[in-house]
Amino acid sequence: MDFAVFWIAAGVAGAAAINLIFQSKPINSVLSLVVVLFALAVLYLQLSAEFIAALQIIIYAGAIMVLFLFVVMLLNLNQDQFGSNRKPGLRSFGVLIGGTLIIEISLIARAFVSSSPTDGQVVAAEFGSVAQVGRLLFGEYLLPFELTSILLLIAVAGALVLAGKREEAQPPEERS
Amino acid sequence: MLELRGIIDAIWSFIVGLLAGLGIPQWAIELVGYALIAVVMFGVVAVIVLFLVWWERKVSAKMQDRLGPMRVGWHGIIQTIADAIKLLQKEDITPKAIDFPIHFWAPVVTFVAAFMVYVTVPFGKGLIVSDLSVGVLYIIAITTFTVIGLLMAGWGSNNKYSLLGGFRSAAQVVSYEVPLSLALLGVIMISQTLSLGTIVTQQDNLLKWYVWRQPLGFLIFWIAATAECNRTPFDLPEADSELVAGFVTEYSGMKFAMFFLAEFVNMFTASVVAVTLFFGGWMSPFGPDFGPSWMWFLGKTMFFVFVLMWFRWTYPRLRVDQLMGFAWKVLLPLAFLNILLTGLGIYLFDGLK
Repeated sequence: MDFAVFWIAAGVAGAAAINLIFQSKPINSVLSLVVVLFALAVLYLQLSAEFIAALQIIIYAGAIMVLFLFVVMLLNLNQDQFGSNRKPGLRSFGVLIGGTLIIEISLIARAFVSSSPTDGQVVAAEFGSVAQVGRLLFGEYLLPFELTSILLLIAVAGALVLAGKREEAQPPEERS
Repeated sequence: MLELRGIIDAIWSFIVGLLAGLGIPQWAIELVGYALIAVVMFGVVAVIVLFLVWWERKVSAKMQDRLGPMRVGWHGIIQTIADAIKLLQKEDITPKAIDFPIHFWAPVVTFVAAFMVYVTVPFGKGLIVSDLSVGVLYIIAITTFTVIGLLMAGWGSNNKYSLLGGFRSAAQVVSYEVPLSLALLGVIMISQTLSLGTIVTQQDNLLKWYVWRQPLGFLIFWIAATAECNRTPFDLPEADSELVAGFVTEYSGMKFAMFFLAEFVNMFTASVVAVTLFFGGWMSPFGPDFGPSWMWFLGKTMFFVFVLMWFRWTYPRLRVDQLMGFAWKVLLPLAFLNILLTGLGIYLFDGLK
């Protein structure tokens, strides 16, 4: 059963990822990315990381992808505006970078498979639970966690400053 | 007692015996079990929703001094089934300029996402498909897919009213999700768990209902949940007088019906979450084992569905800017205040937990 679930989820993720790249319309790519993220959440569930799976769906598929969809729809992006300013040498450069990445990933994967026999190894029942993730975040990794939140706060403040400037130029909005 | 769990177990062991007698392997029986659970869950929720559609029409009729549906069955009780059959037979009109795959999949995404929530809902004693350890988060996660469905519908229809409706719904649902999740956090802090089954069993009499300890949390949740369901006074995505019918403008026949039913499923979901987290779920208010648990659950949930209907036929619609301002400037600070107070309360009265 686990085997079937893994291959279905992995296959869906792979197919959607390929579809994401080959689609000419940006909106279809965004929707494919939603499918990829959902399939990845299923894989997290299989690795008994339930909390991470839920967060993956809430944050990525729910919030960030909705934002992407929103931007694509508001700017009304279509294929004619997309990829018209492509430089000639770009494709061969992309193939080079992509090829290097594939080789690197396969090397890492091989090292992992040969070094850690995971057959029959069972994780603790607590593994991946909200309590454990919380203890790690607010205990061992408190400093990086707080630094990340400060980084996000700075980004929010920056976005507010950028968005706020334009309003000053316009006449104040009427409110009743 | 009229508990359903025993009856279901008896039926299931009968089916297992029957299948095993036919020489069907264990894994196939397991698959049949999963399929049966899915079909039964879908059937139960679908019947409830068909009832809700009829009920909404009756409630609105009562409030406007009309009779409502009267012709089909006793007081029109099977009117919805007649309507559903009519919608299934209707011609499916698809406009020429639509983005076909997106237009086609939008109702499917909305409909499936609406039903997926019920995997982890405790309907009664032992009546829960899977008591996930991240139950509350799961419900929040799945409901976000509704937004994607609505945005897809808005974009795929290639119609400015649909697109505006899609935008409004996305902005609204994403905004109200933040106070909604934060309001639920108060209950999670007190109960120390995310599993819906455990949260219900902790509230085993009237005094232990979490609403007494989280009145502000419940208020924020209930307002935000009304907005999440796109119900009046927050029904801007499909405001008839401004946007024709919003994101459903270009849908006809059964596709329209799927959006319509998904809206009622979401309404039921909001009530289910309210009852489960704040009002003791299937636990009776007079201590455990007082009356059949599933009847308590349905009774409480139906009351909250009625409150949503009451809202709809009582209040006028908000304006877009008021809507967003209310979410970010009123509900969100209140939700933070609620978390702060809850933390303080737990710190001061630790024994109360």
